[in-house]
Amino acid sequence: MTDADLLHLLRDCYTPTGPNIVAAVHALTLHAGVSQPAVSKHLTILKRAKLVRHRRDGRETHYRAHPDALTPMVDWLRIYNAFWRDRFDRLDALLERMDP
Amino acid sequence: MTKPTIPTESTATTQTVVLERTFPHPPEKLWRALTQSRLLAQWLMNNDFEPEANRPFQFRADPLPQWDGIIDCEVLLIDPPHSLSYTWNALGLDSVVLFSLTPVPGGTHLRMEHSGFGPDNPAAYKGATYGWQKFLGNLDRLLAEDTQ
Repeated sequence: MTDADLLHLLRDCYTPTGPNIVAAVHALTLHAGVSQPAVSKHLTILKRAKLVRHRRDGRETHYRAHPDALTPMVDWLRIYNAFWRDRFDRLDALLERMDP
Repeated sequence: MTKPTIPTESTATTQTVVLERTFPHPPEKLWRALTQSRLLAQWLMNNDFEPEANRPFQFRADPLPQWDGIIDCEVLLIDPPHSLSYTWNALGLDSVVLFSLTPVPGGTHLRMEHSGFGPDNPAAYKGATYGWQKFLGNLDRLLAEDTQ
């Protein structure tokens, strides 16, 4: 499964005319056919890129695709922001491993 | 602390991703991580970088169906251990990356500026024709390297 697959799944759960139809992680897990940790990992990436929205409801978090994420326009700023933040974390870890 | 900044002025002709962080390490050490190919590969991507002005090099991610995984670059500026800049051309987007290192008490302040995303860059619009799915796939691919 890719992030795009998951976003498709979320999009299919969302109808613009209805109320915010949302999907909980366990429901997504069921539909995506992969493990819950895998779904959660993808959702974290999508959240970081601001491509999904989430809402807490008791013990569950519900997700839906950000409407803007469904347009074909690519938001380079968001993509590269997420990319560089991730890489800075890796740089941080590398510096700890390196000789002084 | 990470302080990502996205300028949002609609009048801006060039938009820039800025990331700043202070690392508790001396500038010389940070410089090695930024300019030694083997170390660079450990946090950014596989590459054939050499610290030499005007030298072309590539970052290489695993290829995808719609992308060869190659980012074409050329060193624009190299001033150890203060500044490093190179072009970053991938997926039809021509951009420039600039790293600036400033010594601070107990470490080094690193500022990364990735620019060229503005409406004046015609390539910025090419993204629309690629479709968002592919780019999400690319982002996924890049972030997934983390776990390797």
